[in-house]
Amino acid sequence: MQVIDLRGVGCPTNFVKAKLALEDIAAGETAQILLDDGEPVKNVPRSLKAEGHKLLGLRQTAEGHYVLELEKVED
Amino acid sequence: MSKAQQPAKIDLSNLKSGGFIKERGKDLFTVRLRVPGGRMSVPRLKKIAEVAEKYGGEFVHLSVRQSIELININFKDFDVVVEELGEATQKVASCGARVRVPVACGGCEYNPNGLVDTQKSALEVDEKLFGTATGHHKFKVAFAGCPFDCPKSATNDVGFQGAIYPQLDKDACISCGLCAKNCVPKAITMGEDNKPVFDAERCIWCGDCVKVCPTSAWSEKRRGYTVRIGGKWGRNPLVGTLFATFLPEERVVDFISTVLEWYKEKAEALGRIRLGDVIIKEGPQALLDHLRQQFPDNTVTATIPPQVIETQVGIRS
Repeated sequence: MQVIDLRGVGCPTNFVKAKLALEDIAAGETAQILLDDGEPVKNVPRSLKAEGHKLLGLRQTAEGHYVLELEKVED
Repeated sequence: MSKAQQPAKIDLSNLKSGGFIKERGKDLFTVRLRVPGGRMSVPRLKKIAEVAEKYGGEFVHLSVRQSIELININFKDFDVVVEELGEATQKVASCGARVRVPVACGGCEYNPNGLVDTQKSALEVDEKLFGTATGHHKFKVAFAGCPFDCPKSATNDVGFQGAIYPQLDKDACISCGLCAKNCVPKAITMGEDNKPVFDAERCIWCGDCVKVCPTSAWSEKRRGYTVRIGGKWGRNPLVGTLFATFLPEERVVDFISTVLEWYKEKAEALGRIRLGDVIIKEGPQALLDHLRQQFPDNTVTATIPPQVIETQVGIRS
C-alpha cells in the first residue's frame, strides 16, 4: 500500500500533492495519506471524496497526526 | 449646428428603471448595469468594455452589489449606450423605491461549500420581481449558498442562506470520526460507543458532515433556504432576523412577494421607510403571522426584531 506523507504540507498544496501521488497508483488500490491535525484533516478527505475516491477510514496516531485510508477510484 | 448645440432627444422610457445616476460633472451620468447574482458571461463583458471605451471614462466601477457601472456617460448618449449594450445582452439596472437586482454567491455549481443553486434563484427573482415598485423604499435581496454567508444575507431586506439538516444512519457509520473532526460548531462529537452524537441545538446546517462522510451514513433530511428579514446597512444599520427555515428553492419568488405584500400595506403613510423599521414598529409577530398563512411548514414559531447596530455616531431617533 502506498503511503503519501503530507505532514507539514499546508492547504491546498497537500490536496494537490495527494492528487499527483494518486496518479501513480492503479484504480482499486488503496493508499494511506498522512495528514496533520487541523485544516489538513478537515479539508483533504472531503476534497478527495468530492473527486470520487472512496474513503475507507481515518485514525489518529499516538504522535497526533492522522492516517486517512482510501481506495482510488478511476476518473 | 454643432452636436453640443443640438437639442437632445432622449427616450425617457430608458430612465424609468432609475439606473442612470447623476454625477458631479456637467451632463455626466453613471449607468448602472443589471448583473443578477454577479454572473457575467465573457461575451457580455467584452460588449460592456467596448461600450465603456466608446462612451465612458477611463474606467468602470465594480459596485459593492455586483454591478458594473459605466462612468462619465453623457446624457445625450443614453439611447445609443442602451442600444449598443443590447436589451437582450445587457440591461440597465435600477435605483429608487424598487426591488433591486439580487446579489448571490457562486452557488453550488463549482463552489464546494454551496448547498443550493443561488444563481438560479437570483435569476428567477431578477426575472419576476426586478423593478417592482415598493411604494416606500429600496428592497434588497441576497442569496448565500451556505452558512459562510459571503453575500451577508442578513443585511438585506430579505436574505437567503442555503441549509441542510443532517440525519445519521448509525448502522452505516464506520466510526471514522471525520464528521466530528469537520464539525466547526461542535454539534457532532464522538460518543462512548465510538459513534457520532448529534447536538441539534449547536448545528448551523452547513452540511459539512454530509459532504465528508465516507459511507453516506450522514445524509440530508431537509434542504432549502434559511430566511432572515429586515436587514439593511447604511446610516442606521439593522441585522435581519430569522423568519423561515428550509424554504424550498422553488418557493423563493412567492416568499418575497408575500413579504412585499405585507411591507406595502404596513408601511402605508409612513413615508420613505425600510422594511426592517416597519417590522420594529409592528412587531415581528405580525409578519410571522402573515407568512405562516402561505408557508406553514417553514415559518418559525417566534423571532426577534431586526437587531440595531449601535454606530456610536449620532443618536438614533
